[in-house]
Amino acid sequence: MTANVIIRIQESDFDVAREIASLSAGRNDIGAVVTFTGICRGSEDGADIAALTLEHYPGMAEAEIARHAETAMARWPVTGIRVVHRVGRITPGENIVLVVTASKHRQAAFEAAEFLMDYLKANAPFWKRVDRPDGTCWVEARDHDDAAAARWTKS
Amino acid sequence: MKLKYFAWVRERIGKPEETIEPPPGVKTIEELIAWLAARGETYAHAFETPRVIRAAIDHAHVKQDAAIAGAREIAFFPPMTGG
Repeated sequence: MTANVIIRIQESDFDVAREIASLSAGRNDIGAVVTFTGICRGSEDGADIAALTLEHYPGMAEAEIARHAETAMARWPVTGIRVVHRVGRITPGENIVLVVTASKHRQAAFEAAEFLMDYLKANAPFWKRVDRPDGTCWVEARDHDDAAAARWTKS
Repeated sequence: MKLKYFAWVRERIGKPEETIEPPPGVKTIEELIAWLAARGETYAHAFETPRVIRAAIDHAHVKQDAAIAGAREIAFFPPMTGG
């Protein structure tokens, strides 16, 4: 089984259907594809926002996601992974992040996608700044994101 | 070594990166944070709560007791909020 992993960090939007097609094209061993799309909400902590601005650490962000993709490939029988994370200014309703996992059966695809998202949120060097009409502030990390990532290290 | 700053650490210090040579007595991330915090008001503000500061050496997460010897690039940033 060849590892089929593509990770991209980009300002532009992504096309979910195209990413799925790139995972399954030319092969008939895939029985399940799971996608997770993170979308920019119109409010944060009860207050309307104008946009999010996402900053990342170039080089390390790609390396961290790649490391977790390798862990997922070793832990579950997944045939392919796509992770696309946007940076820059993102307005409410727009896509932020995409994780796609493909496998022979659904359980591995579901679990690998959830693992990747949990690790990405807690460990990948990205930061969200909230832009409001009256100023900006940085989104604070949430303890439950760390807890979500930590549960995968059990057992 | 090169230092990089992100998010509000970058904003408070007022620059995204710089090259520095800390004195030989500064051996760990924790000691580097304390040394930087004493460099001026902007640094003191950025590092006023050291326990919330995350660090990476050459693109890998490290704890604050990590040794900095041999590091090419050290980054300081707040807890991550991507995804």
